[in-house]
Amino acid sequence: MIWLMEPFHYAFMRSGFLAVFMVGVTCAVLGSYVVLRRMAFIGDAIAHTALPGIVIAYLEHFSLFFGALCAGLLTALGIGWLSGREGLREDTAIGVLFTGMFALGILIISTARSFRDFSGMLFGDILGVTFSDLLLIAIITAIVLIVLALLYKELELTSVDPSYSAVVGLRADWMRNVLLVLLALAVVTGIQAVGVILTSALLVTPAAAASLLTRDLFRMMVLSAVFAVSSGFIGLYASFYANLNSGAAIVLTGTGWFALAFAGSRLLRLKRHKST
Amino acid sequence: MKVPRFAYSRHRHGTPSPGVAALECVDVSVRYPGAERPAVHDVSLRVEQGSRVALIGANGAGKSTLLKAAVGLLPVSSGTIRVHGSPPGGCCHRVAFLAQRSDLDWRFPMTVRRLVLTGRYVHLGWLRRADREDDAIVDRVMDVLQISDLADRRIGELSGGQQQRTLLARAMAQEADMLLLDEPMNGVDAKTRQIVREVLRALSQQGKTIVAATHDTHDIEFEFDKVIHLSCGCKEEAGSIEDVTVSAANALESTAARIP
Repeated sequence: MIWLMEPFHYAFMRSGFLAVFMVGVTCAVLGSYVVLRRMAFIGDAIAHTALPGIVIAYLEHFSLFFGALCAGLLTALGIGWLSGREGLREDTAIGVLFTGMFALGILIISTARSFRDFSGMLFGDILGVTFSDLLLIAIITAIVLIVLALLYKELELTSVDPSYSAVVGLRADWMRNVLLVLLALAVVTGIQAVGVILTSALLVTPAAAASLLTRDLFRMMVLSAVFAVSSGFIGLYASFYANLNSGAAIVLTGTGWFALAFAGSRLLRLKRHKST
Repeated sequence: MKVPRFAYSRHRHGTPSPGVAALECVDVSVRYPGAERPAVHDVSLRVEQGSRVALIGANGAGKSTLLKAAVGLLPVSSGTIRVHGSPPGGCCHRVAFLAQRSDLDWRFPMTVRRLVLTGRYVHLGWLRRADREDDAIVDRVMDVLQISDLADRRIGELSGGQQQRTLLARAMAQEADMLLLDEPMNGVDAKTRQIVREVLRALSQQGKTIVAATHDTHDIEFEFDKVIHLSCGCKEEAGSIEDVTVSAANALESTAARIP
């Protein structure tokens, strides 16, 4: 059992575990809504479009967090503004904006002539988190969890029945905007852990695995967090001992959980089928 | 009635004044965005407080559209709608709307009881949780609609009739003065039909206003004080809107005759 404790001798591993714990909880809990409201594509888009924000922030020397957040919010608002106008469907609006923003990010990187500086953003750098990163992640985690708790019944109602909520004066589009802002916040933490390209995996995969195993929203959130955090820990161990890319290892572990959950739910269904 | 500390909508009007119509439409037209023809065209009607009115007409006649406009889900392109004297959406806590079942995401992980409880949210508003009083109301309406045994069932596991009773339970839990029902009998089993009919009669006896849109005419004839025909949403077309008012005495008689 010594090998389990070994990584904790290093400060960067301790911060890595702490960060991955908070990021896992934030993304997984929010991810439950992403999965249930079929927002996976927009989550992915917000994650990818953070790239130009981060790159500009890096080159202009202001906070990367701020850059990513602004780009994410801008995308979310842009998608909301564009979809429905001139008969454009939302997924089309997402597809156009997100690839455009991502390309803009790559273009700016190429003018900076150094891809190396940005590999941490593209592929994540959970072992490089600083104290201020940890503090930021902690604040975002607190904000996301508190807002989700306070607006639980409203988010639930607008998800299940948006037209009834509109009838009682609760505007579903506002709730959706709240979710988008929280998504943009969560994505910033996810980028730190697994990078721009794989962040949507943290939002979707654990929650998708949980959705196969439970039919209760709260339980789904808890289970999803368990999947995400355990994926994070296993991924960190893998990267410590096998020198693998930590972000990819974390995401692949999550994919493994999903495969197990899928097999488990099929088996359960077959068994139930036989017994009846 | 409970008043929320932080209401979802700022428009909350006081108690209904006696002479005001529960629902009044004057030359109302409603057009879906991008549609060429309005779905409802120049419709005028008046529903008195405490009356039971059926809106009948074929599919596409504009019945649902008119109800949606009355609760503020669709904007009115011309004319005026007054609900208890206020514009649509102006006193949402006093109007319960039973939408068609397809408007919900039934796959969302939620129990039947929790869905019925959402009928109380308009009285709770932001940040307030359901208390014992709300729970008692939910228990009562679920009992009336005979879905108490389904309380912990997922909404995705219900049959069509059970779904309809769940939604009607929610509408009742809201304790509104007027119920707007969109196709309440559509695709439901005989048991649900019977229960819904009894519940509507009981609500009417409590003085609630009931407006039901339906294309199913044979079942409703004697349950309503007034029947309004809507066809193609337009007034121009022959016989488009005629008040086939079952005379009050006749209606009362037939209602009385049906109560065992």
